[in-house]
Amino acid sequence: MSLLRVEGLTVALPPGGDRPHAVEGIDLTVDPGEIVCVVGESGSGKSITANAVMGLLPKTLPRKAGRIWLGETELTAQSPEQLRALRGSRMAMIFQEPMTALNPLMRVGDQIAEALSVHGEKRRARDRVPELLAAVNLPDPAAIARAHPFRLSGGQRQRVMIAMALALEPALLIADEPTTALDVTTQMQILRLVREIQSRKGMGVMFITHDFGVVAEIADRVAVMQRGRIVEQGAAAEVLNNPRHDYTRALIAAVPHGAPGEARAAVATETVLEARGVAKTYTRGGWFGARALVKAVHDADFTLKRGETLGLVGESGSGKSTLARCVVDLVRPEAGQMLFHGQDLRPLSRSARKPFRKRIQMVFQDPYASLNPRRRVGEIIAEGPITHGEARERALDRARDLLRLVKLDDGAMDRFPHEFSGGQRQRIGIARALAMEPELLIADEPVSALDVSVQAQVLALLAEIRARLGLTMLFITHDLRVAAQVCDRIAVMQRGAIVEQGRTADVFGNPQHSYTRALLDSIPGRGWTPPTF
Amino acid sequence: MAFLKSFARNKGAVVGVVVLALVFVVAALADVIFPGTPWDMVAAPFMPPGEMDMLLGSDSLGRDVAAGIAHGARISLLVGAVSTVVALALGVSLGALAGYVGGVVDDLVMRFTEFFQTIPSFVLAILLVAIFTPTISSVVFAIAVVSWPPVARVVRAEFLSLRSREFVQAAEVLGKSRLSIVVGDILPNALSPIIVLSSLMVANAILLESALSFLGLGDPNLMTWGFLIGSGRSVIRLAWWMSVFPGVAIFLTVLALNLVGEGLSDALNPRLAGRRT
Repeated sequence: MSLLRVEGLTVALPPGGDRPHAVEGIDLTVDPGEIVCVVGESGSGKSITANAVMGLLPKTLPRKAGRIWLGETELTAQSPEQLRALRGSRMAMIFQEPMTALNPLMRVGDQIAEALSVHGEKRRARDRVPELLAAVNLPDPAAIARAHPFRLSGGQRQRVMIAMALALEPALLIADEPTTALDVTTQMQILRLVREIQSRKGMGVMFITHDFGVVAEIADRVAVMQRGRIVEQGAAAEVLNNPRHDYTRALIAAVPHGAPGEARAAVATETVLEARGVAKTYTRGGWFGARALVKAVHDADFTLKRGETLGLVGESGSGKSTLARCVVDLVRPEAGQMLFHGQDLRPLSRSARKPFRKRIQMVFQDPYASLNPRRRVGEIIAEGPITHGEARERALDRARDLLRLVKLDDGAMDRFPHEFSGGQRQRIGIARALAMEPELLIADEPVSALDVSVQAQVLALLAEIRARLGLTMLFITHDLRVAAQVCDRIAVMQRGAIVEQGRTADVFGNPQHSYTRALLDSIPGRGWTPPTF
Repeated sequence: MAFLKSFARNKGAVVGVVVLALVFVVAALADVIFPGTPWDMVAAPFMPPGEMDMLLGSDSLGRDVAAGIAHGARISLLVGAVSTVVALALGVSLGALAGYVGGVVDDLVMRFTEFFQTIPSFVLAILLVAIFTPTISSVVFAIAVVSWPPVARVVRAEFLSLRSREFVQAAEVLGKSRLSIVVGDILPNALSPIIVLSSLMVANAILLESALSFLGLGDPNLMTWGFLIGSGRSVIRLAWWMSVFPGVAIFLTVLALNLVGEGLSDALNPRLAGRRT
């Protein structure tokens, strides 16, 4: 007898969408004591499936067909009141963003107690709350219970969410991308926690993710979703190592495999960029409360030779983006030298810096925010050269060539950014940077906002352009698998300092610093080598 | 086209546009419908509406109330439009400066703005007109001076959030000048709230102008709606039509402008509009 049984679930999309149904003909089971991963790219309908099980579908997405059973109970036949009684007690859910899922004005202990009292267990709350917080491996449960969510780190918040979900010992736990917003090391801790609790309590877990590494780490069974349908379903080892459907194969092929790219010819010895003693400190607070100093960047010296790609890796808050922004003067460091071909850029005025703008360009992280929504694509690409005195006609012609180079067609010239997908926009962002014919390209997490298959395409494009134009690149990423694939050398950053730096193969093969080792151990699915097709 | 469509979805806004168009037509054709000046005494005093060819009656000196309203529409629209343009110029440039530059400049500009906001705007307008003697240009100036602070605040807030967006940083990295970033990249993205606000500012300026004229602080050589109401005030029990019809004109115009403003706001933020229905 399955714990959860979904049969022929079809949910309609509002008219005018890109397809008639959000999900169509979904058949899925979760047995007790089993972790089922639902994998797919954004928009594939995995969250809709989870919300349908919980009875949390918005009115605009009505269920058209299909039935859902939780044990003996048919969920789709329950009244809203009956469903409400089941939610939390028999089935519980944890969400992607623990900050928005927790009430910011309520102490976390009270929030967990509330989950208990809603289901008539108010009297037990006092004893249960510290127990639950201890069960999710939070240190000092009594102190955590009195804290407000903003006092906790992302990982701690997600633990609190899990504690809340476990409060009434549900038979089914649904986790909707619970580690996507977290750093790798925290992600690994949460994955281990979910595994441990699941095996201790014998729950069934439906785990939604887009990351095959996470699947390899945690899943017993896998269901792969594409455009609202399950295209492949089976035991984890089977799907991961011997995928049958083309889409699954494409997704697995797109997973950054973590193997360093083929060693390129020896790089030139000419130094393009050198950072020496660059420091940036932020002050927080002041007036009343105590002033807090945050050393965003310190002890982060590096050199970049012509034609080389240096990867800056680290977790959020490690200062890697700040350091990159110091190079292009989006952040002003208060000390140190930023030498570009031996010329210090730091003290330059706005006008003295302008000639260097042409030679150092940047690709930004979020393709939805980095293009001006009110401008046509052609103008966006051409405006840099025009600013530097090129004739408008010529600049627009070049923009057309560049669109071809990034594999978009000329028709894109007169359209607005919102008419393009995330991957296409990122290509436009790359074309804009290339329009200046830079020597040095700074890529700030250029693929972290994209789906895996799109990510692979953009990385391939970057590699091709780099080879063709002989670009020097500073590549910032939090994803070590991506870094391994793209970079010649790696610099690992932690709390504003570069703790280890060296050739990619050396850093990955023989990490010296304990933090680098911790990062490498946290790569999800390390034990799994994706098959090649 | 898509913009017109989403604008037309708000029925109130369409009514507003129609009423506003009517006011415009009347103002434009005032000289044709009512030739000569509206100050001419063309009938016996205190004629109720409909008598002696007076559509809306005559006032205490036998002047045509309908002619006064038609000619007054010109002044009201003119004052509304010009003072809004002046206030926008002031508010947008100060708000943009504060929001983009930030730091000390932001503090200075915002304290300056608050200085104007702490004085009741109508009292300040009366004071300014009284100091500069009542002419149409001093009225426009006074209205502009009291109505720019909200614009500056809105523009500053928009600039503050847009300034840190990645496309602005990208423009910075391309080496564009500050002015061209402000005008070419940030301002176009901040336009929607400015447009919505300005339609409401026109309505507010018309009300302010009428209130000033009602108190006798309007331009003495120009027939305005506020003046008509003011002159009918003392004889309202004898000749109600002298105050009521100009009042209706003000009411309809201001209501129409507000409806249009709401329609614009819905059309420019389609996501919010969908939620309301």
